[in-house]
Amino acid sequence: MYEFNYHRPTSLDEARKILGDNDEAKLLAGGMTLLPTMKMRLASPSDLVDLSNIEGLADIIDSGDAIEVGAMVCHAEVAASDVVRAAIPALSDLANSIGDAQVRNRGTIGGSVANSDPAADYPAAVLGLNAVVKTDRREISADDYFKALFETALEPGEIVISVRFARPKRAAYSKFPNPASRYAIVGVMVAETTEGIRVAVTGAAGCAYRATAMEDALSKDFSAGALEGIAVDAADLLSDLHASAEYRAHLVGVMARRAVRQLIA
Amino acid sequence: MSINVSFTLNGEAVSAHVASRTLLVEMIREHLGRTGTHVGCDTSQCGACVIHVNGRSVKSCTMLAAQADGAEIVTIEGVAKNGQLHPMQEAFREHHGLQCGFCTPGMIMSALDLVKQNPDPSEKEIREWLEGNLCRCTGYHNIVRAIKAGADSMRVG
Repeated sequence: MYEFNYHRPTSLDEARKILGDNDEAKLLAGGMTLLPTMKMRLASPSDLVDLSNIEGLADIIDSGDAIEVGAMVCHAEVAASDVVRAAIPALSDLANSIGDAQVRNRGTIGGSVANSDPAADYPAAVLGLNAVVKTDRREISADDYFKALFETALEPGEIVISVRFARPKRAAYSKFPNPASRYAIVGVMVAETTEGIRVAVTGAAGCAYRATAMEDALSKDFSAGALEGIAVDAADLLSDLHASAEYRAHLVGVMARRAVRQLIA
Repeated sequence: MSINVSFTLNGEAVSAHVASRTLLVEMIREHLGRTGTHVGCDTSQCGACVIHVNGRSVKSCTMLAAQADGAEIVTIEGVAKNGQLHPMQEAFREHHGLQCGFCTPGMIMSALDLVKQNPDPSEKEIREWLEGNLCRCTGYHNIVRAIKAGADSMRVG
């Protein structure tokens, strides 16, 4: 990788100052995406701002009707958390399905959500569970957060602090993983929240999105059968060496039905 | 930019002056001369470089040395005590849990993290845990047997 200046601030103010002074600075959380990208010289930030020494970013807080997961909480901690398991078991399962054990020990929810890789798992949870992304300057609802391929509502220099998940009535995540990387070729979160049924899809398109036709069908009849015959348009879906757009479209239906069956069983 | 990085390596305080882009595995192997930790793929896939940082197994090819400043690090060299192989190492020897041996340091460090969390892992749990450790000799059966036996003898103590 190219050379850079390394910073490890102990406060958000200090981090913001470094970001403000350096246009080409990047935030470093667990580094599971950024460091490999830099090693391939596909990214060459002038400065890295390591968030690991800032207090208060790595807690899981239970506020009764919601849980708030700090941006620097790693996937293994989410998977092992009794608080998360009790409130949203689907989120524990999702975290435990990411990458491998060593990746789960370093990769963070904040990094995943900020990066918004089209094949990452967490975006399906954020969108499916109608979570709120809390930053150093505002709160962003999930529906306003994911914009396009690797593009979110985050502004330059905006720092993700935590993600708040309201406790759903029930939720399940089903994914078809890439057998080598465990990234989602397609992953679907189906949730019954206090505001209704939500179906969020990751892996299939440029960023996570809601399958509204499926939500409508499940609102009328919560069964896997209700999803039969709902066509998923392949036109806007990704196509690569792992799966064609048509295959991804097919998998969206299969994963959604599997998630529903998990909830009914 | 060059920086000073200090951490505890197998119980010993160490430090080195390194470039900020130095990977943790490079610092351990090239600056500190502990070559038991291997670099297989250098792309966070194969797990030959697995070490423990603050008690958790990580891939040291995908961590900057700078990120380890102040950490407690254990590598394969820190596993045997007083010239006696650790029970997990002994189990790999006994069950021939290696062919060429290149992946072995990472396999053992990964296995020790598994057993810490799950002292009596099933064969299925061991195989799932080894997702991030590749053996290109494909000697997985004996590796899994070795980890099961190592876990058993660690429980007996």
